[in-house]
Amino acid sequence: MANILLKASLETLYMVFFASLFSIIIGIIPAIILTLSAPDGLKPNKPLYEILSFLINVFRSFPFVILMVVIIPLTRALAGKSIGTTAAIVPLTVSAIPFIARIFETSLRETNAGIIEAAKSFGANNLQILFRVYFKESIPRMLNGIVLLIINLLGYSAMAGTLGGGGIGDIAIRYGYQKYSTPYLIVCSLILIIFVQFVQSLGNYIVKKMS
Amino acid sequence: MIEIKGVCKSFNNLEVLKGISLTINDGEIYGIIGQSGAGKSTLLRCINGLEDYQDGEILIDNVLVSNKDSKVLRNLQKQMGMIFQDFNLLTRLNVYENVELPMKFWGINTKSEEAKKKINELISLVGLDDKKNARPSELSGGQQQRVAIARALVLDPKILLCDEATSALDPSITKEILTLLQEINKKLGITIVVVTHQMEVVKQICQRVSFLKDGQVLAEGKPEDLFVHPIKEVKTFLQDESTLLPEAGINIQLFFTDKTSEPVLTKMARELNVDFSIVWAKLEDFRSNIYGSLVINFEAKNKEDVIKYLEKENVLWEEL
Repeated sequence: MANILLKASLETLYMVFFASLFSIIIGIIPAIILTLSAPDGLKPNKPLYEILSFLINVFRSFPFVILMVVIIPLTRALAGKSIGTTAAIVPLTVSAIPFIARIFETSLRETNAGIIEAAKSFGANNLQILFRVYFKESIPRMLNGIVLLIINLLGYSAMAGTLGGGGIGDIAIRYGYQKYSTPYLIVCSLILIIFVQFVQSLGNYIVKKMS
Repeated sequence: MIEIKGVCKSFNNLEVLKGISLTINDGEIYGIIGQSGAGKSTLLRCINGLEDYQDGEILIDNVLVSNKDSKVLRNLQKQMGMIFQDFNLLTRLNVYENVELPMKFWGINTKSEEAKKKINELISLVGLDDKKNARPSELSGGQQQRVAIARALVLDPKILLCDEATSALDPSITKEILTLLQEINKKLGITIVVVTHQMEVVKQICQRVSFLKDGQVLAEGKPEDLFVHPIKEVKTFLQDESTLLPEAGINIQLFFTDKTSEPVLTKMARELNVDFSIVWAKLEDFRSNIYGSLVINFEAKNKEDVIKYLEKENVLWEEL
């Protein structure tokens, strides 16, 4: 049992870690575009903002289980196969991109407009304002968003697990539910609870240090 | 020198500035006063190029402020430091880093001894030597505004623009900040433009002032000339207490400047043999010079004599 659970835990961590990493790297791009093109942004552009915003809403409204099936061709193209722990990273990442993009956008746009104005008044250019003001001021809020993202991905990874991704969720279903093994069910749930608690506490600690 | 010539600006269809013209000389402390919505902050933002205007021109030492050429505008902005009502400091930077920031925008090596010296000197100038590592959230409003002032001076500007800089501060702190601004004006020879709705700000530091209403300059001049003997619109703004007057007899308001040292009233009473009562009087302090006005009430039959006497003595007066 210990071996099975250890292997599954590592699989979960592997999926969540890479899905988080990739979705943050990719999601930050639409977040920046949204922030700049928003009505109160540095380069307001209504059509661009509305279209991108709409696309993000569309992707966010897909239930994860369905998204996973819909993007199987993409998964196969990127991961070489459609099932397995590595393959599961693709749908996890795709589902997390619009989520984290929206969260980063909100974090960035919460920056006090007066501070942006002050930077402009000293002759800062848009790139400087983006990095030295928007990002600098938003880091604690963005970190809070990343904590939310990781916790969400833990939940999704359990779902991805059932479709051949492995991990804790997969064990919980296969041993706990299908084989009626209550101990497995309880231990798997406990592991997930500990993961979530750990991520949240670590996140809170870092945010407190940073802000 | 800042020259503003016939500047017009509207937001959508709302005209905010309707042909503003005024000139601000080098080394001057110039006030722009008016109620909220008069367009004074918009005017200041146009001077700095934060806001574009549709008509007229703004020249800083003969260079046009315009959004068309961003390079020229940036260079102009470097010459103009700005402070704000809400201080607008970066919350995650400490005092030193906040003052340092404009240098970073301009690619100045902030690690150089020269830059470090400059930042430290400015922090001492505003009296925050012991707060260098504090975050804005650990500072009081007055201290935050001091940081903002140091930040605004770090690029060696010729002009300091103050947008309601003391409106969020209590009266004693306001006084301290104004004293600091005066000191900066004297020590560094920087032109200071103050936008405010607070009379005491204008009275304490401004050498000249414009009174703005509905996007127009209604009056311009020395504060003592504008406010001791105010025109009707200015009076409304000042909410003069002179509305409570005796109904019988004649009420005349006399204005005194610091040049009036003669005891006009008692002399007049003796020479004309007239009795009058003093309805109210007030003294005001303009940049440490005392100006005052006084309302007297007397019987109607003495009106001619009194007016003749006042004219002869060169006293500014007005019948109420």
